[in-house]
Amino acid sequence: MEKRVTFKGWMLPLLLVAPQVVISAVFFFYPAGQAIWQSLFIPDPFGLSMEYVGLGNFEYLFGNRYYLASFVTTALFSTLVTLTSMIPALFLAVMADRLIKGAGTYRTLLIWPYAVAPAVAGVLWLFMFNTRVGVVAWYLGRLGYDWNHVLNETEAMGLVVVASSWGRISYNFLFFFAALQAVPKSVIEAAAIDGAHFWRRFFTIVLPLISPTTFFLLVVNVVYAFFETFGVIHTITSGGPQQATTILVYKVYADGFVGQDLGSSAAQSVVLLVVVGLLTVLQFRFVERRVHY
Amino acid sequence: MATVELRNIKKRFGKTEVIHGVSTEIDDGEFIVIVGPSGCGKSTLLRMVAGLESVSDGEIRIDGSRVNEREPMERDIAMVFQNYALYPHMTVRQNMGYGLKIAGTPKRQIAAKVDEAAALLQLSDYLDRRPKALSGGQRQRVAMGRAIVREPKVFLFDEPLSNLDAKLRVQMRLEIKELQERIGVTSLYVTHDQVEAMTMADRMIVMNAGRAEQIGKPLDVYERPATLFAAQFIGSPSMNVLDGRIEAGEMRLGSAALGPAPAGLPDGPVKLGLRPEHALPDPDSPLRLRVRLSEPLGANTLLHGQLDQAEAPFTACLAGVHRTNGSGEIIPLRVAPEAIHLFSPETGDRLN
Repeated sequence: MEKRVTFKGWMLPLLLVAPQVVISAVFFFYPAGQAIWQSLFIPDPFGLSMEYVGLGNFEYLFGNRYYLASFVTTALFSTLVTLTSMIPALFLAVMADRLIKGAGTYRTLLIWPYAVAPAVAGVLWLFMFNTRVGVVAWYLGRLGYDWNHVLNETEAMGLVVVASSWGRISYNFLFFFAALQAVPKSVIEAAAIDGAHFWRRFFTIVLPLISPTTFFLLVVNVVYAFFETFGVIHTITSGGPQQATTILVYKVYADGFVGQDLGSSAAQSVVLLVVVGLLTVLQFRFVERRVHY
Repeated sequence: MATVELRNIKKRFGKTEVIHGVSTEIDDGEFIVIVGPSGCGKSTLLRMVAGLESVSDGEIRIDGSRVNEREPMERDIAMVFQNYALYPHMTVRQNMGYGLKIAGTPKRQIAAKVDEAAALLQLSDYLDRRPKALSGGQRQRVAMGRAIVREPKVFLFDEPLSNLDAKLRVQMRLEIKELQERIGVTSLYVTHDQVEAMTMADRMIVMNAGRAEQIGKPLDVYERPATLFAAQFIGSPSMNVLDGRIEAGEMRLGSAALGPAPAGLPDGPVKLGLRPEHALPDPDSPLRLRVRLSEPLGANTLLHGQLDQAEAPFTACLAGVHRTNGSGEIIPLRVAPEAIHLFSPETGDRLN
């Protein structure tokens, strides 16, 4: 039974939701409104005057091949980050779920990377792969491979993907592990008696049963890859080389704060806002339709 | 179709031994019920037969060959779980056909077998539903169906009826028994309900604290319980056990003489077992029941109280309606000497 609290007056409920409303207004509605407003103007670099251009900023964006390339980069980057952070996490969770002894230690150690901030993780990976002093880069050089993510676009992409996914594996692991623990043991046993070996059981019984969690993580990780990987990219590649790792959110920063093209930057924010909106709608449509066991 | 042999089965979790050596031989097609209170090891024993728990000591043989080291899937058994353990994301048809699909049975054959089992279990109309759209009794039948279609050598049931309401339980009890007789598969059935054990079993294993107290036909166990535990666990309401003694060849309870003791028993204290239904009103009897509470059930009446001669509570089950004058009424009762069970006060073993 759902418990509902009923209030007599208006004041108390209003007071109780006020903090959330204020925070949303100050940090979301106001900036979002500002972004939409600014996207319709081209200001001069000193912010002294603004010229109304209507949808001109958007027209310019979608005719700009660098911006369109950034869309492709973002799609590739977020797909790779989502896959590299979810598949190993699921694998580790399955293994941890099978453990009987030492499961606690194993779990704790697996969760640690999540405590490292993305920018710090970026710096860690940067040190390891630094073309001059990086340990891994040096060993790769000994093996005859000339690692240089500063020049090589594929290597740069690979490095930011790994650096972004690394800490994320812990987060995903936690959710997968909890989901696996919630699968009724007797269902697994029934499948074992029905003749299914471990991996067969995993693909035909376990995976479908944890699908709500998998879908949730999919959405959350895509959103993470879209927006929260800024720190990693900024510390490792700054969007280079040749914009090979410039994802949409990085381009907002680069064009607006570095390039001082505030109108275009605002328009890009609005595009991002729409993309987030679409992703969220997609998530809810999908989640609502999902069968809950 | 198979025989099952348990040879001195033991189970240890770490250093704690929970099953202390159970042995029995089960004939082809026999319906064996393992009955006992919770924590007696009955489910563990069943899970060892299924291969879900390892066997610490002893040997399990199915159809004459040792299966201790075999995986559950290699034992050719099917199990019905207490919570049914249906696959929630599959339809009834897929649930029932899962085992066959894994075995690589051709699709058409699977469909035919599932249809046949569904007809047998009156599930034909529900084949395309998911388990959550079924009632408890229907889920139970799907679990049975999943077991049947694989045509295993042995059926294992782990308290399959305990999640159902009382009425449905009685109905499913009959259905399971009928079904088992029709298809004649050797079955092991675990329950804590002695009524299920009495009504369904060809033979039952009464378990207590990891030991098989008695193995036998239900009525044999009822009529000649081998131990005090079996005596009290089987039969409802349960047997009255009173501290008595044998003196000069006569069974005595306090000052009352209950009749001649069986020959060969030495004088001394004994536990007297009196079934409630064997107590008959008899104005001449020295046993007097002081009634504390009466439970009129219609077909019979349960009288709870205490005998003048004993400390322990006593329950009598009198046939028909018996109107009492309420609490405090005194009813003289007689129990035929042949119907009295004698147990050793030290070991609890049967003496007569």
